[in-house]
Amino acid sequence: MPSNTTPLAEAPAPGEASGASSDASSAEKVHAALTRSSTGNEDLRELESGLDSLQSDAARAVRIDWSRILLPVAALVVLILAWQFYVSLGLKRRDLVPGPLDVLGQFGTLWAEGSLQEAVWTSLQRGLVGFLISVAIATPIGLLLAQVAPLRRAFGPLISGLQVLPSVAWVPAAIIWFGLTDATVYFVVFMGAIPSIINGLISGVDQIPPQYRSVGTVLGASRLQMAVQIILPAALPGYLSGLKQGWAFSWRSLMAAEIIAVGGTIGFGLGSMLNQGRDLADMTVVMSAILLILAVGILIELLVFAPIEKRLLRRRGLLAGSTR
Amino acid sequence: MPVVLENLGKRFGDGAPVLDDVNANIAQGEFVALLGASGCGKSTLLNIMAGLELPTSGALEVPSDGAAFMFQDAALFPWLTARENIELALKLRGVGKADRRTKANELLDLVHLGGAGDKRPHELSGGMRQRVSLARSLAQDRQLLLMDEPFAALDAITRDLLHDELERIWKETGRTIVFVTHNVREAVRLGQRVLLLSSRPGRVVQEWNVTEEHRTDAGLAGQLTGVITARLREEIRRHAK
Repeated sequence: MPSNTTPLAEAPAPGEASGASSDASSAEKVHAALTRSSTGNEDLRELESGLDSLQSDAARAVRIDWSRILLPVAALVVLILAWQFYVSLGLKRRDLVPGPLDVLGQFGTLWAEGSLQEAVWTSLQRGLVGFLISVAIATPIGLLLAQVAPLRRAFGPLISGLQVLPSVAWVPAAIIWFGLTDATVYFVVFMGAIPSIINGLISGVDQIPPQYRSVGTVLGASRLQMAVQIILPAALPGYLSGLKQGWAFSWRSLMAAEIIAVGGTIGFGLGSMLNQGRDLADMTVVMSAILLILAVGILIELLVFAPIEKRLLRRRGLLAGSTR
Repeated sequence: MPVVLENLGKRFGDGAPVLDDVNANIAQGEFVALLGASGCGKSTLLNIMAGLELPTSGALEVPSDGAAFMFQDAALFPWLTARENIELALKLRGVGKADRRTKANELLDLVHLGGAGDKRPHELSGGMRQRVSLARSLAQDRQLLLMDEPFAALDAITRDLLHDELERIWKETGRTIVFVTHNVREAVRLGQRVLLLSSRPGRVVQEWNVTEEHRTDAGLAGQLTGVITARLREEIRRHAK
């Protein structure tokens, strides 16, 4: 053990204390900052708990905010009224621009035929299955790319590129490879959803504060513990927005595939309904299909992703101040 | 001696050395304040002691089981409650599931946060977060506790109380503490010994002993603070162009 080479300065002795100490001689005085500011454990406990309650926000009661429900409904009503108003002006032929009531009537007809239910069910089922398989494929790939630098350098640009490429571009290739079967539809869905989920997970991992890894190292986490206990939960918000985008891409790709690839063993989905409407030059069918596609998208967002995301963000204190 | 630093040096790439020929011994149970201006490499030195970075020259001796570390920001995991954050540290240390909860509650009590275990980090004030962070670093159960400006971001009232709190916990647990700060008052308030680190390169240039009398006599403490501040400024002035 080496001896200390640094000079050891003497602290001033009590007698040498100058001016300041004469003011400070009284034992009752509180000298925070330079000396002890509390008078014992109990005093400290009391002070701290006082400060804690001063600095913590009072818990706010959670109640239903009706404006969240009423405002979107009102917006919808206004849009429909505007639509009806425009149609009633009679500027365009009624068969080219049908009114809300015409479309509603077509809804009823399609429902009675059973083709509405069939189309929604077929598309929704395909969309969900395709999306879930995409998640299962994309998650391990995304984690691997995010954690292994050479792999990411090699494949990262390609994956980002695939996200830009419209998945409709794969439809002709898929038809040539798989014919008019479900495989074609699923292939197009995968090519749409997988790159965007991978990218979401990678950016989620990228946004983890480096501090978290240091804490993990200091706490003695192994590689696996680091990935499972720290990296994955920390990346969850980014991963979730990747999943949301992945679902949107699945749904869009699915519609594109269904519009283009018709016949064979491909069933009757919403895209097929849209295509049928065009073939029959029936605008009410076309609008019904568009509204249904939109409605499914909105419902999945409202019923599945929004609650999960809200819960996740609220638990982490990331919701305050947002306009959600 | 739990910590021995011998001619320790560190440079990043081909740049000028951040630390050069750092020598220090820290005894078991000692509370050492490591003081220096910004950019003197005190955080780097602490990271080296924690094993987060490697020195480029010299030798160091730290306890074989490593060191506990407390960061400037609490660095609590936002997806876990206060208690779960402490339990995670216990889990990664290998404490069995049955003991974790009891142990975590004991540690929360130690930092006077017995009632806040189920709160999430964002629901706690800055001072409370730092106390949870302190409890978490105590959960690591290492003899050596390294602290990197843990109170720098807190308001003055909270900081004063946490100084008392840390002193109390240090006495109760008998840990060896290395406390990095750029605040001379804080160094005098907490350390038994204050080491002054020069800037570019970082090197221990002087040290002072702080006695129990400095803890109770504000005049004495004020005088020592003045002496150290003067020396620190001299060190900073050296870099004026």
